[in-house]
Amino acid sequence: MKIGVLCSRIRVEEKLLFEALSKRGLVFDRIDDRELIFDLERAPVAYDVVLERCLHHSRALYALRLLNDWGVRTVNRYEVALTCGDKINTSAALARAGVPTPRTLVAFTPESALEAIESLGYPVVLKPAIGSWGRLLAKVSDREAAEALLEHKETLGSYQHAIFYVQEYVNKPARDIRSFVVGDETICAIYRESQHWITNTARGGRARNCPVTPEIANLSAAAARAVGGGVLAIDLLEGSGGMLVSEVNYTMEFRNSIETTGVDIPGKIVDHVVKVGRAAELEAAVPA
Amino acid sequence: MSIAMTATCPECEARVKLTPDLEKGEILQCTDCGAELEVAETNPVELRLAPEEEEDWGE
Repeated sequence: MKIGVLCSRIRVEEKLLFEALSKRGLVFDRIDDRELIFDLERAPVAYDVVLERCLHHSRALYALRLLNDWGVRTVNRYEVALTCGDKINTSAALARAGVPTPRTLVAFTPESALEAIESLGYPVVLKPAIGSWGRLLAKVSDREAAEALLEHKETLGSYQHAIFYVQEYVNKPARDIRSFVVGDETICAIYRESQHWITNTARGGRARNCPVTPEIANLSAAAARAVGGGVLAIDLLEGSGGMLVSEVNYTMEFRNSIETTGVDIPGKIVDHVVKVGRAAELEAAVPA
Repeated sequence: MSIAMTATCPECEARVKLTPDLEKGEILQCTDCGAELEVAETNPVELRLAPEEEEDWGE
């Protein structure tokens, strides 16, 4: 089986994935996104499967598109990256699939965004549509703060920041839940605990094992299906009316979750990649 | 292939300790000056300053 791993910086996660591949006796190519050149008229190297681990969302997105166009299977697929890389697309997919998610409004001007904010009532959360690690999230407590933030976003940001994603603030305990879905299975989950309302471990949130209850398993699997499935990390909030899905990540980090949960996350990811690659091999062997 | 167990930090010229399973593209931190360093080459080992975090980086 011809396996490629598309990456840029080698984080702890990539090293663990390489280790899991080698442990299974699998040979793989490391594809550095900084050295890649795609010729749009020519088929790329015929990998059975490519595992995408780019740091840049934009690079991941285009590389997946160009690989999938030529029939190269990827984990995850282009459509999944397109949906998960943009919070508006993610929320739209979740809402359409009937997955419970915090109430979200989208507006295109500071005036309509202010109207949207006031219709939800303070506090609300403003998030950039594209971005991660909890960067540039804002909890807006009153009208003065809202007006200032909207003006700053419109004036100081790139055009992307003038697309306003306004979300209900969920009054959760001092934690949220991150669950990991591989294929159809919710393999494990962690609590991310923080006194700060932003609980990302990249921002200092502490990880603790969270038992996968049937509610967490089902909701996570439903969220994964809603965005197209694959290897995904789901962020869940414990709202007063039940659990809500706030985000779905398509190139997840997991270094803090292996020991915490006792689950071999990189091993499970590699097994899924092999399954996808095997399906591609079988398909290639059967004449159409 | 054997790898030298230290390399020079391009920021502060301190000796940075290396592990034997070093990978090209891996990120290290200089314990002296705290700079984030990227492994540009493994044989011989060459370190360079890692690129600054960009807006579309992340999960």
